[in-house]
Amino acid sequence: MKNFEYAVPDSIDKTFEYLKSSKAILKAGGIDLLDMMKEQLISPDRLVNIRELEELKFLKEDTNGAFLIGPGQTLSELAEDQTINKSYKALAQAAGGVASVQIRNSATLGGNLCQRPRCWYFRSADFHCSRKGGDTCFALDGENQYHAIFDNTDGCAIVHPSATAVALIALNAKLIISNGEKDREVSIEEFFVTPANDIERENILNKNEMIITIIIPADIKDYLSYYHKQKEKQTFDWPLADVAVALRMEGDRCQDARIVLGSAAPVPFRSKSAEQALVNQNINKDTAIKAAEAALIKAEPLTLNEYKVPLFKTIIYRTICHTVGIDPMN
Amino acid sequence: MPRKEKLFVGINKDLEEITVPIPDADPKPWDGKDELKYIGKKVPRIDGTYKTTGRAKYTFDIKVPGMIYGKIIRSPYPAAMVTKIDSSQAEKLPGVRSIIRVKDELPFPVRFAGQEVVALAADTEHLAQEAADLVKIEYDQKPFVVDLDEAMKENAPLVFDPKDEEKDKVKNVRDARIYPKDGKSEEIDAVLNSSDHKIEATYRTQVQTHCPMETHGVVAKWNDEKLTIWASTQGTFMVRNQVADHFNIPKSDIRVITKFMGGGFGSKLKADTYTMLAVKLAREAKKPVRLMLSRKEDHLSTGNRPNSLQTVTVGATKEGKITGIKLKSFGTAGIGRGAGTGGPARFIYDAEKIYTEESDVYTNAGPSAPFRAPGHPQGAFAFEQTIDDMAYKIGMDPLEFRIKNSESDKVRQAEYKIGAEKFGWLKRNPKPGAEKGVIKTGAGLANSLWYYIYSPGSHVSLRVNDDGSVQLRSGVQDIGGGIVTPMAMIIAEELCLKPTDIKITIGDTEFGLAPTSGGSQTTAGLTPAVRNAAYSAKQRLLKIAAGLMEVDMKEVKLSDGGTFSTIDSKKQMIWKEVTAEIPEGQFSVTGERMEDYYETKRWKISGVQFAEVKVDTETGSIKVKRMVAIHDCGRPMDRLTIESQINGGIIQGISFAFYENRILDRNTGVMVNPNLEQYKIAGARDVPPIESHIIDLNLGQSSTGAIGVGEPATIPTAAAIANAVYHAIGVRIREMPMTPSVVLKALNKV
Ligand SMILES: Cc1cc2nc3c(=O)[nH]c(=O)nc-3n(C[C@H](O)[C@H](O)[C@H](O)COP(=O)(O)OP(=O)(O)OC[C@H]3O[C@@H](n4cnc5c(N)ncnc54)[C@H](O)[C@@H]3O)c2cc1C
Ligand code: SF4
Repeated sequence: MKNFEYAVPDSIDKTFEYLKSSKAILKAGGIDLLDMMKEQLISPDRLVNIRELEELKFLKEDTNGAFLIGPGQTLSELAEDQTINKSYKALAQAAGGVASVQIRNSATLGGNLCQRPRCWYFRSADFHCSRKGGDTCFALDGENQYHAIFDNTDGCAIVHPSATAVALIALNAKLIISNGEKDREVSIEEFFVTPANDIERENILNKNEMIITIIIPADIKDYLSYYHKQKEKQTFDWPLADVAVALRMEGDRCQDARIVLGSAAPVPFRSKSAEQALVNQNINKDTAIKAAEAALIKAEPLTLNEYKVPLFKTIIYRTICHTVGIDPMN
Repeated sequence: MPRKEKLFVGINKDLEEITVPIPDADPKPWDGKDELKYIGKKVPRIDGTYKTTGRAKYTFDIKVPGMIYGKIIRSPYPAAMVTKIDSSQAEKLPGVRSIIRVKDELPFPVRFAGQEVVALAADTEHLAQEAADLVKIEYDQKPFVVDLDEAMKENAPLVFDPKDEEKDKVKNVRDARIYPKDGKSEEIDAVLNSSDHKIEATYRTQVQTHCPMETHGVVAKWNDEKLTIWASTQGTFMVRNQVADHFNIPKSDIRVITKFMGGGFGSKLKADTYTMLAVKLAREAKKPVRLMLSRKEDHLSTGNRPNSLQTVTVGATKEGKITGIKLKSFGTAGIGRGAGTGGPARFIYDAEKIYTEESDVYTNAGPSAPFRAPGHPQGAFAFEQTIDDMAYKIGMDPLEFRIKNSESDKVRQAEYKIGAEKFGWLKRNPKPGAEKGVIKTGAGLANSLWYYIYSPGSHVSLRVNDDGSVQLRSGVQDIGGGIVTPMAMIIAEELCLKPTDIKITIGDTEFGLAPTSGGSQTTAGLTPAVRNAAYSAKQRLLKIAAGLMEVDMKEVKLSDGGTFSTIDSKKQMIWKEVTAEIPEGQFSVTGERMEDYYETKRWKISGVQFAEVKVDTETGSIKVKRMVAIHDCGRPMDRLTIESQINGGIIQGISFAFYENRILDRNTGVMVNPNLEQYKIAGARDVPPIESHIIDLNLGQSSTGAIGVGEPATIPTAAAIANAVYHAIGVRIREMPMTPSVVLKALNKV
């Protein structure tokens, strides 16, 4: 690790000032950032620690009924919050399923959304792959069991690592991004960048920008939501496949559906075909299975991740059932 | 002249009387009728709080004055010639003290990504890394092969260059080790082919790395011609001897210290290259050098369990008698050797015809090292599933089939019985895959097989002081099994004190010769020496007490609380009154581990484990619901540390069954998961309830009768689980790790 400066701003304004240094980077919980530094994948000259910034920690409803979340909230806090558990269950489940208690106590929502990919070639200094400015994707004909089954033909087959993003897309969240001078609001779906657009980045943040608020729109209160993560082992493991479902129901009938797959594509993957298969249908195990099948029709597994197709089908139909309180095992 | 002792030997309370010659100086061995106060009971580790409070100092924690930091630079390529090394920039950095090459002459070959090329030492760890980044090494890359199947192909790149290697390294596939002997292959084929039933199947297992909690490493310090090495090792004496040989210095000039160590599982037996490099750096730099490896270096270079490709064939009569067993296995130990898997096939069952043929295959990967029962967990996975297959094919219960085919092993028979009852074997539905629904439960069992190993010659010294304190010293290292607690228990038992009264100092080659903790031999190899020493001390004390009480020594006994009394109890003296009279304030005695008193014919260790699993047939995920393990280890010493060994063995077995997998990138030969995140290891939530039962097997072969258990406990776990999975879903999983991908494939869902 190279030497670096450690800056502790006491306000958001100060944060932006500190960020102006050429290789300054935000540090929230530091879970992802320090790993990247230790492996010498990045060597910032200044860490700007926003972990203790009270201004970034809030959970509140605005006057219009939208729910506002500060990016400095830890995953543990999200997992335990009553309002989130009641009205935005998928988010509580996604946050609560990440890694281990110790990590969730440090990791923040902002950091979780902006963490770098977990592709093992990316994470190892031994491989100079396309995402790091090289000219090969080692995964495509290499060890790709944990890689993408959708949108994996644009030179990089990562799966986006953020679990909370999967839930937040299902909840149609928006982000407020600021550079200290100007704020912009984007839908969280627009936040993530595909390899086709820019292989070296995962989101649209510019160097001096920061997420300052996460917004869940007011109408999402009318949705039921559920998130499920399928792991290989039960102790601090990443998902092999994960899914978030949000449904607006009228009786048994589905009025609107939002279905998002994690660990499936370079950005959290919204399955419009699964959604369409549910809208205006009564939700039961059969329609859930049909939607799950629809979701996977266009899957293009790589050499070693074909298993993800049946795995996703299963967790999608089960999660749809769980969302509306049907036991999928019956 | 040895005296004759009558001993009661046997399994649990099923005892017979035998007569055994015992040297005069030794106590009567504990036998099946001895009811003891501590031995065989559960005694918490006497050094437990040192570990839980952080007072225990591991090699990692050692700091000696003037110490500098070593760093190894490793080849990034799996096969190359090192053609040029330019360390001039690094040498110029202030604080860099020594830079050495692994081989003096250039060019030299490297054969796996991670192989040592250069080592250096600098004032700080940071500086050492900085210096390492400045060393320029040029490589001439060569074709390589990291995959077992690829390496076996006719035109595969050769791992060793036939021009400059020994004769048996001219090809990747080494000559097979054959058992029982040459030329029997056709004979066994004939038997198998003419059997009523024949089953043949092929299995694959993966490479597992040891991942001890404390990574490998040493601190080396020269003092003139004398050398002290603090080593995270499971063999203090082996390190001493290998370093002595390597540097051609007398063993007596080397002292190896290992007060506490954080696990090794077999990978810390040898001194290994890193130790030699640290010693050399320390000599050149004239300063003590600390060289602890990173987790990544541990994965790459300090050993592993070889993978395997095994074809097992079993024949049986329709009545359920095994007629023959054949195993043909290949496996790669990287550039090392030792990939055989034949133990279980050869020694568990009574079959008359057994033939095994095992070949090591060289690949451009780090060399293997012995790993908790080398060859056996992977051997059991393939072989015990084939046995299961045969039972179902004949229409027999898998337990009954095993009972019928291992009649000669009385211990195993007792274990089956206990296991079946404790597990509730008979309650299971005999039909595999019978359960309805998507999630299915199943039950299975598998046998363990290991060997009774000990090396005679270990000795300990025991000192009793006039303040009443008792000190024992031994060179033995505690690999983590907790050997000091049984040592203390034995002395306490013999001297009628409490285990916590005994002060034990271990882990130093200046003390008595001790076993290397490999082959599950530490307890078997050391405890008799401890008891013999305690017995001698007791004789000395009885004599002193007799003198004080003015009676004949035969009239004095030692009883609970360290009380000396005459047989008629008329005279009594407490411990401290007697020890206070020790002439010159102290005495020392030694105890030695000799050859066993007689040939017991029990050269193996049995053991059987039962597993219950739940399989989700739509996600391919398997959950182990519970394990029941029955093991034998001679006369049990500390039942608590034995239980811990069984727990640890099963947890490691579960981890092997489902998660652990060293993955080398097929295109570059570089490991993609050299950490503990992507190299997955079972954690707390992956561990089911484990119930263990320990057989009392008294043989009277040594003064304590102890035998090991560390390795046996991990051998059958993955096999038992796999058999349970078959019972649940009616489909065999013939590949490890049993990931959702593998299971879904086996279920034809992919
Ligand atoms: C063993 C293990 C298992 C894990 N499993 C999972 C899992 O299953 N699912 C999952 O989602 N995650 C998982 N994680 C990842 C973990 O959740 C993330 O690393 C963590 O959430 C990052 O949050 P942080 O606050 O520590 O971010 P940091 O490490 O501090 O920052 C990460 C990045 O985000 C940037 N950043 C931080 N805050 C902001 C902000 N407000 N605006 C703009 N940029 C910002 C930083 O500059 C940095 O680039 C796992 C991690 C480990 C170690
Ligand atoms: S998947 Fe992406 S991150 Fe991984 S090796 Fe390929 S380009 Fe690099």
